[in-house]
Amino acid sequence: MNKTKNHEPLFHIVKRDSLPVYKSWGIRIIAILAALIVAGVITMLLTGENPINVYLTMFKGAFGTSRRIWSLLQSLAMLLCVALAVTPAFMMRFWNIGAEGQVLIGGLATAACMITLGDKIPNALLIIVMIVASISAAAIWALIPAFFKAKFNTNETLFTLMMNYVAIQLVSYFEKLWENPKGSSNIGIINQATHAGWLPTIGNFDYLLNIIVVLALTVFMYIYLKYSKHGYELTVVGESENTARYIGLNVKKVIMRTMILSGAVCGIAGLLLVGGTNHTITTTTAGGRGFTAIMVSWLAKFNPIYMILTAFLITFLESGAGEISTVFGLNESFSDIITGIIIFFIIGCEFFINYKLHFRSSHKEVK
Amino acid sequence: MAEALALELKGITKTFGSVVANKDVDLKVYKGEILSVLGENGSGKTTLMNMVSGIYYPDSGEILVDGENVIIRSPKDAFSYKIGMIHQHFKLVDVFTATQNIVLGIKDGKFNIKAVEKKVMEITEKYGFNIDLNKKIYEMSVSEKQTVEIIKVLYRGADILILDEPTAVLTPQETQKLFNILRKMKKDGKSIIIITHKLHEVLEISDRVTILRKGMNVGTVETKDATEQSLTEMMMGEKIELNINREDPINPVERLVVDNLTVVKKDGTVALNNVSFNAYGGEILGIAGISGCGQKELLESIAGLQITTKESSIIYKPDDLENQQLVGKSPKEIRKLGIALSFVPEDRLGMGLVGDMDIVDNMMLRSYKSGRGTFLNRKEPRSLANQIIESLEVVTPSANTPVRRLSGGNVQKVLVGREISSAPKVLMVAYPVRGLDINSSYTIYNLLSEQKKNGAAVIFVGEDIDVLIELCDRIMVMNSGMITGVVDGRTATKEEIGLLMTKSVEREDSNE
Repeated sequence: MNKTKNHEPLFHIVKRDSLPVYKSWGIRIIAILAALIVAGVITMLLTGENPINVYLTMFKGAFGTSRRIWSLLQSLAMLLCVALAVTPAFMMRFWNIGAEGQVLIGGLATAACMITLGDKIPNALLIIVMIVASISAAAIWALIPAFFKAKFNTNETLFTLMMNYVAIQLVSYFEKLWENPKGSSNIGIINQATHAGWLPTIGNFDYLLNIIVVLALTVFMYIYLKYSKHGYELTVVGESENTARYIGLNVKKVIMRTMILSGAVCGIAGLLLVGGTNHTITTTTAGGRGFTAIMVSWLAKFNPIYMILTAFLITFLESGAGEISTVFGLNESFSDIITGIIIFFIIGCEFFINYKLHFRSSHKEVK
Repeated sequence: MAEALALELKGITKTFGSVVANKDVDLKVYKGEILSVLGENGSGKTTLMNMVSGIYYPDSGEILVDGENVIIRSPKDAFSYKIGMIHQHFKLVDVFTATQNIVLGIKDGKFNIKAVEKKVMEITEKYGFNIDLNKKIYEMSVSEKQTVEIIKVLYRGADILILDEPTAVLTPQETQKLFNILRKMKKDGKSIIIITHKLHEVLEISDRVTILRKGMNVGTVETKDATEQSLTEMMMGEKIELNINREDPINPVERLVVDNLTVVKKDGTVALNNVSFNAYGGEILGIAGISGCGQKELLESIAGLQITTKESSIIYKPDDLENQQLVGKSPKEIRKLGIALSFVPEDRLGMGLVGDMDIVDNMMLRSYKSGRGTFLNRKEPRSLANQIIESLEVVTPSANTPVRRLSGGNVQKVLVGREISSAPKVLMVAYPVRGLDINSSYTIYNLLSEQKKNGAAVIFVGEDIDVLIELCDRIMVMNSGMITGVVDGRTATKEEIGLLMTKSVEREDSNE
């Protein structure tokens, strides 16, 4: 064993008590500023561009025109919607990484109604059918892994992940089945002439309906999690299954019920995407939101109100970073680098919120 | 004292957030002595020793080994200074044999199991350990596991041994065996530090006692000059009366009749074997036994949380209803009948409380469903929370503090307070004072006595035999899922119970 004399470690880590709110947000803001500086320096080193210009471009990319602002808000709303969907499951420690598939299935059900029932029944009825179909299809899709988890304690992470691939393959099968025009392997814009089954627009604003629906969902989810008995139960199950068992809670029921809710909200996202915005469906309709949403939810500590902020941050980064790539003629991966740096700092700063470092005190060195 | 100093601590301070675990602690350990570090739970005993053994690093202060200033950054560093610690929760690999566990992690050239065995044999013979070195850990009883831990530390050449609550899991007989070994080590010139809160053990085994209170060293005394009373006063910082109010049961009524209760665990082992007993209202029935002998399964069966065999029968006899067969009823139904279970597990939070929820939300764990509507009603839980905080003197910033933030003792007050608040007909408590300071423990004991006076049938699973003898009317002793005897709490002796605890052991259940 080592006989050499040990030195006092340079620093050691100490857990903190809870910080006052202003301090913890202060740390987060410092982290974002630090991230911007680091990302700026890296941009300069790699591309020779002026970082201020880069950030201005980023800002313009997100807020440059009113169209861009609307499109930012639309992406924000959709991402937030999926984040709201995964939140109850995650609070229950049910790692639902199948939101991607659940959104797709919701969208597929919407498209199916639009294609098969379009112009055959009154539009108002069609929209009601679409709502019911999309929500129930996605809820069932989410219930399947929940059922197996509850009954046989299968691993929900793998199960929900695999269900994503099944959903993608289903969509691509129907893409072929309903292709339009023939031979394109694409569904194309559904009911382009009649607009049957297109969700109504409010005024002239294409995306306003989506945004309002998601805002309402945010409020609903906040109240559901914090003030309802269901929300209370799922928190108990997530915290400690033993405790849940001790108070006579039906853990299986709570797992299944919560996943139905999680799926249902994904279904709404699918409905809004297919019926409200895209009016078509492809295998990429969900666009990775099912995964990004997990980050949105975690970063906000499962608080739906904070999720508006985290979803905004991530959407802003994506659209802004995308703009950098086009304007400066950089590879698309470059925007990923910047997004990566910023998210790394944001997640990393949580460490400094929970712990503090004790550095070796200097007066000891003198001695 | 003329002997040489083995270990000296100077001005050790350690904080966790705003909690000061140790403040400016000085401590001296001589060669060839047994020092007790006495203090209530939460007084910083374990934290202090964890700094000596390299688990934590002090915020400030110095550690001297053999008069030389040392820096201990890891358990490995500690071993290089010949310091070894036997933790309360053993750190052994279950599927390895004793020998394999002993050499685990030592890197010194070739791995020669024969040579190792020889060296281990020398150690066991020298100190009189009685152990089969080729036995696997999962087959061992708690006391055997502890022996392995001690040999492990000795094998690494430790001259300073720190034992954290070593007797907590032992029967009185096993404790005596351990003490004999410790005395031999002391003769051999080793320094031994025992962390404990049991006064009679301090008086029996140690040469000197250092007392910690609220993280500070409040004094060191020679054991021969100390009495239980004087030590308690130093620990508590005040004179206190430690009396359990045990009144004779008034009109005991039969409440529970348990017959042929058998529980087979999922892995096929028998957790409870044909257990039959009665419990009476107005009486405290104590259950003694080494932990993991079926106490938990017994209480859980009554609460409806275990699957029992077909022959099992648990009859509950309420005043207002006809007799109820509890086997086959759901936990919720049993609860409604007025049978409360408060089980305090080792980690204190695992069952019964939700760590991240605040005290108010934890109050309504059992009652949140009552009332119509989709939404929670936090009004009553809030007033109950405030009432418990006040009456049991729970130290908390507010009723909205997550229970995870509370200290262990306060967590328990919240749990037991809630269980008692429902005024149950049958109140089952397991380890309700685990980790509580003396004052709070006696608060809880007297709360139980009060429940008994109100006519509840109290079933109390405890670790401390002295307390069982003082508190309970009858004491039922369990071993390996069987009842080995029922004794009268007023006449039973510790030795008698200790013998029953180990009676008819083929192989003890090693699951804790």
